[in-house]
Amino acid sequence: MSIALQQPPTLVAPPPARTPLARLRWALADGWVMTKRNLAHVVRAPEEVVIYFTLPIMFVLVFGYVFGSGMALPGGGDYREFLLPGVFAMTMLYGLGATATGIAFDVDRGVVDRFRSMPMARSALVVGRSGADIVRALLEMTTLVVCGLLVGWQWRNGIGDALIAVGLILLLRFAITWIGIYLGLVVPNPDTVGVIVFPAAFPLTALSNVFVAPELMPGWMGAVSEWNPLSSTVAASRELFGNPGFGGDSWAAQHSLLLAVAWPLLILAIFVPLSIRRYQNLSR
Amino acid sequence: MTTNDAAIAAQGLRKRYGQSYALDGLDLTVERGVVHGLLGPNGAGKTTAVRILSTLLSFDEGSARVAGHDVVAEADEVRRRIGLTGQYAAVDETLSGRQNLVMFGRLYHLSPRQAKRRADELLEQFALTDAADRSGRTYSGGMRRRLDLAASLILAPEVLFLDEPTTGLDPRSRNDVWDAVRSLVAGGTTVLLTTQYLEEADQLAGRISVIDTGRVVAEGTADELKARIGGDRIEVVVRDAEQLGAAAAVVARIGTAEPELDADTRRVSAPVADRMAALTDAVRELQAAGVAAEDIGLRRPTLDEAFLHLTGHQATATEETAA
Repeated sequence: MSIALQQPPTLVAPPPARTPLARLRWALADGWVMTKRNLAHVVRAPEEVVIYFTLPIMFVLVFGYVFGSGMALPGGGDYREFLLPGVFAMTMLYGLGATATGIAFDVDRGVVDRFRSMPMARSALVVGRSGADIVRALLEMTTLVVCGLLVGWQWRNGIGDALIAVGLILLLRFAITWIGIYLGLVVPNPDTVGVIVFPAAFPLTALSNVFVAPELMPGWMGAVSEWNPLSSTVAASRELFGNPGFGGDSWAAQHSLLLAVAWPLLILAIFVPLSIRRYQNLSR
Repeated sequence: MTTNDAAIAAQGLRKRYGQSYALDGLDLTVERGVVHGLLGPNGAGKTTAVRILSTLLSFDEGSARVAGHDVVAEADEVRRRIGLTGQYAAVDETLSGRQNLVMFGRLYHLSPRQAKRRADELLEQFALTDAADRSGRTYSGGMRRRLDLAASLILAPEVLFLDEPTTGLDPRSRNDVWDAVRSLVAGGTTVLLTTQYLEEADQLAGRISVIDTGRVVAEGTADELKARIGGDRIEVVVRDAEQLGAAAAVVARIGTAEPELDADTRRVSAPVADRMAALTDAVRELQAAGVAAEDIGLRRPTLDEAFLHLTGHQATATEETAA
């Protein structure tokens, strides 16, 4: 076979965006192309999808039935109904691994070099990653909610509050996405980053109100658990769903709704600039 | 030729990593429409140079213009005029070949329809149409490299950087890449080709810059570089390795410089001044010395020998690994 490039191609790229508005338009367009790329990965690797959706279902079944049959709540109520908002948030947290691995995989391979040698928006790679992860999170949440309803979980305060709760959980996922992006850029080795995520995420779920009331934990553990960002989102969504919760007298427990918004915003304020700087520093 | 007209014009590029310099005052001028070879051993600074010129890497000192634009101040202008194919295929291996090319087309801000049409054209030209909808993961090394090259050509770049484009390819795939490069240059593209394979530089590049420890140590056409180490050489291959010493003594008397010995191939060679006299002398004197020669010949020096001469050490890869 011999490659002959017969017709000399005549395509010319549009000139670079000069106005801030044109830049924004391209940043969004390029971010969307990258989002579609990451979503195409999901379609192209169905085995990954199976794993992706098996995990949340397993969480519901294993924790709901194994723990659910042996646990009683201090304030009364159904343990499974109590547990589900925690499982929602926990699943979002474990999305950290997929995000970090995805970015690390890109940086590890030469494909990021190609992106960086092209006249595309610098932000597109990270924007596309977080965009795709939010779409995946939406699908996960849908799966979780359906599973939850099947095992007897329900929302009791009307659809409006329930949607706000889902919104808070997705906000947490969005913030976690940016931690994952930063991790993936700092440890640009897909194998390593996959391994470090679990030991990082697991204590965060254990030291929270997902399974057990923080009041029941020894002093400092209880305090850590109450101020854990995961706890704030879980407590706020329990309240909004009208599911049983632990209540608690601490400031953090009393202001869970405020913290469920403040924590993710704080995480974003830290990790978005860090990630962008790290990405720009790839040229060092 | 002013530096503004040049496809690539780099002056005094220095890039420091800790205490050592990856580039230590690299000067490089490449005129438009040619293949320029950047030849050097591993670690000489070839890839660093390409990464700087393709806007991927910052540098500490010097300046560089590519396709008429400054690589730092006008990086975006440079990026829409260049293509880059590195040592590792820079494509998304999960996506299909077609999805890759459409995606890159979109990121060059082609319209969806333009991007699709361009992808189809390139798939056709690079003989990837049959595999277009398969995941890149299933591609052979050669196919992946072709897809990578196709992705570099979406916009018909003014300057194409090929960083060791045939490393790890089988000879057939390597020839495919060479064909593609030749026809690109025929279409007006400037190519900067880095390679550690001397044969590749010899085959493709009009001009060659030999680079070693971060700077250019010699520059010229392949013939000019070869001429640097003198003209013709006489070469004797002995039948019996034990007679190599005797043959070397004969060649030393005929040649104008110390002979080079290669025990593995039972070969001894040296530069000569007068071709024909050297040949007849060699035949006569070898016979007189009772050395049985398997082959006696005159030849031009190889680029390999030129390289050894210029840098004082062997290129790390020889044609053997390239083939």
